[in-house]
Amino acid sequence: MSHATLLPKPSSLRGATLPKWFSSAVAAGSVALGLGISSAAGLHSDIQWGLIAAVLFVVLSYGISAKVEGSRQAKDRTATSLVWVAFLLAVVPLASLIWETVERGVKVLDVYFLTHSMGVVADTEPGGGIYHAILGTLEQVGLAALISVPVGVLTAIYLVEYGRGRLAKAVTFFVDVMTGIPSIVAGLFILSLWVLILKMGPSGFAGSMALSILMIPIVVRSTEEMLKLVPNELREASLALGVPKWRTILKVVLPTSVGGITTGVMLAVARITGETAPVLLLVWVTNYINTNPFKDPQASLPMYIYLQYMNSAGSGAAYDRAWAAALTLIAFIMILNLVAQGIARWKAPKTGR
Amino acid sequence: MDITTQQTTAPPTAPGPAAPADKRAARGATRPGDRIFLGLSRGSGIFVLVLMAAIAAFLTYRASIAIGKNEANFFTSFEWNPSGVPPEFGIAVLVFGTVVSSVIAMVIAVPVSVGIALFITHYAPRRLGGLIGYVVDLLAAVPSIVYGLWGVLVLVPHMGGLYSWLDEYLGWTGVFAWEGGPARSLLTVGILLALMILPIITNVSREVFRQVPRMHEEAALALGATRWEVIRMSVLPFGRSGVISASMLGLGRALGETMAVAMVLSPSFDIGASLLDPGGGTFAQNIASKFNEATVMGQDALIASGMVLFVITLLVNGAARLIIARRKEYSGANA
Repeated sequence: MSHATLLPKPSSLRGATLPKWFSSAVAAGSVALGLGISSAAGLHSDIQWGLIAAVLFVVLSYGISAKVEGSRQAKDRTATSLVWVAFLLAVVPLASLIWETVERGVKVLDVYFLTHSMGVVADTEPGGGIYHAILGTLEQVGLAALISVPVGVLTAIYLVEYGRGRLAKAVTFFVDVMTGIPSIVAGLFILSLWVLILKMGPSGFAGSMALSILMIPIVVRSTEEMLKLVPNELREASLALGVPKWRTILKVVLPTSVGGITTGVMLAVARITGETAPVLLLVWVTNYINTNPFKDPQASLPMYIYLQYMNSAGSGAAYDRAWAAALTLIAFIMILNLVAQGIARWKAPKTGR
Repeated sequence: MDITTQQTTAPPTAPGPAAPADKRAARGATRPGDRIFLGLSRGSGIFVLVLMAAIAAFLTYRASIAIGKNEANFFTSFEWNPSGVPPEFGIAVLVFGTVVSSVIAMVIAVPVSVGIALFITHYAPRRLGGLIGYVVDLLAAVPSIVYGLWGVLVLVPHMGGLYSWLDEYLGWTGVFAWEGGPARSLLTVGILLALMILPIITNVSREVFRQVPRMHEEAALALGATRWEVIRMSVLPFGRSGVISASMLGLGRALGETMAVAMVLSPSFDIGASLLDPGGGTFAQNIASKFNEATVMGQDALIASGMVLFVITLLVNGAARLIIARRKEYSGANA
């Protein structure tokens, strides 16, 4: 494979270009070389020959391309390879995350696991399930949604339909700021107010309050975007018919954007379902079924995973349960996401012009 | 005084001292229905403001109790013993650990995310790009506790190769020296945080790169630019402010990340030169791990450290907003 054969006759208008198969040829060459070098040097890690091959590929394609096509093309090829490397670098661990969760999670995930609690099962023994945790998560997230959806939607209505002047600007700014609050700080706030000052004990509701602090700004942002999409002609037509503004909002603006608002709310719910830190501070965790979110510690899926990991003492059964709970949690969040996108797509033509 | 009662009692009584602009907006509000509805929605807006003020106020109040009793210097002490006699605690170790792990995360995540975003928008075949974009969307929704579980059970055992390599060739710097313990160190935490913020930064950057005016790219192509030159001359300059704000979002998440760090890091209250040996701590991790055995005084001390975290994240977000705002004016003048 000498350069002379690769080099087409340069025309006067166009610089020399390498044929299309050049990249794959260099890739094959560098993989072969990488394998050869690593077996010659006695390296036996897959990562090592992969790295050697990758470096060889970048260097070889730059060198040959710079000689034949000029340095600009060579830089372009290097950039392309770097972008591919970035992509592969990120894909490997992220694919591993999904793969490991699914592979290790399906081991104990069955109907028994979903319908039983940990009440009579020692942490290191096999058996038991996540029924109490699913129940707790649903109640806590449901309460959080009950608090934050009215506040969030009304705030968004204020900002879009009424808001002018300094108050609206302040609200917009602080909603932005609220988006950046770390979940543990939200938990600490409720801790200082609810537990330390009002002397209340841990309960699902305390966790819901912290979760709603995280949820409100997401709901406000998404609802605001959706309300802005409603064409002004609709509002004007309704107002011109003499309909009061509040009825216009309730009967015209909200129904038009209800699909988008629902999507936003579901995405917000998906976001807070996996939150662990505030729940750790405010709800604690229990191995028993507690259906009352207003009294006593409650389990939840994220805390269940944490507890199984912390109390496992290296036992495989506890790790299996933790993975299975992680898989359940991810599946729940993914389903919420998919349904939300489904609603968005289903409602989209009606909200469009 | 919980959130729901505040929300339902405040609005009806509070048409409030309206600014003149608000009066104009609500001129039609003579009917009772209109007045109630305006009151409700404005009340919700005010509630958000009250909530933010309350967060700052209550955190400051509890933090001031703790700091008042603290016998050590809050900012420079290496102790964390708030329940002791006398109580002593300081955040020096936490500041160090939080900054170091976040910096590692940013150094890894920002270039890689920009690379993936470019890959999706400019390099990958259209269908593959769409698929990857979708997968990245889903990854952004994976909760941090799952990243933590994966980190401690899968990532930590696989770090040995990288650690011994770093120790062998860069160990002389001291920063990469390794005593051979489990890889539950700040470096692993940084790498895990990088993975966690990667989907967010990628998502936002991708959206920004998509909005690059087609004309800019075509003009560059027409001048004979290669694909890389198109990206360097038209895509990256246009997307710079977007990438910065995406990075700030990621930084905010990395700073406040709790559970993944608490599960992976094997904490200690000192600052070691080596990033590879276990030890150190971050604000959020410290709160989560110390909360269980904390007395009321201990909880107040944790709230004091949380207050510092709150202020840091506010500053980061504010900085991001300033950069974006300035950039907007600049590009507006150009457009």
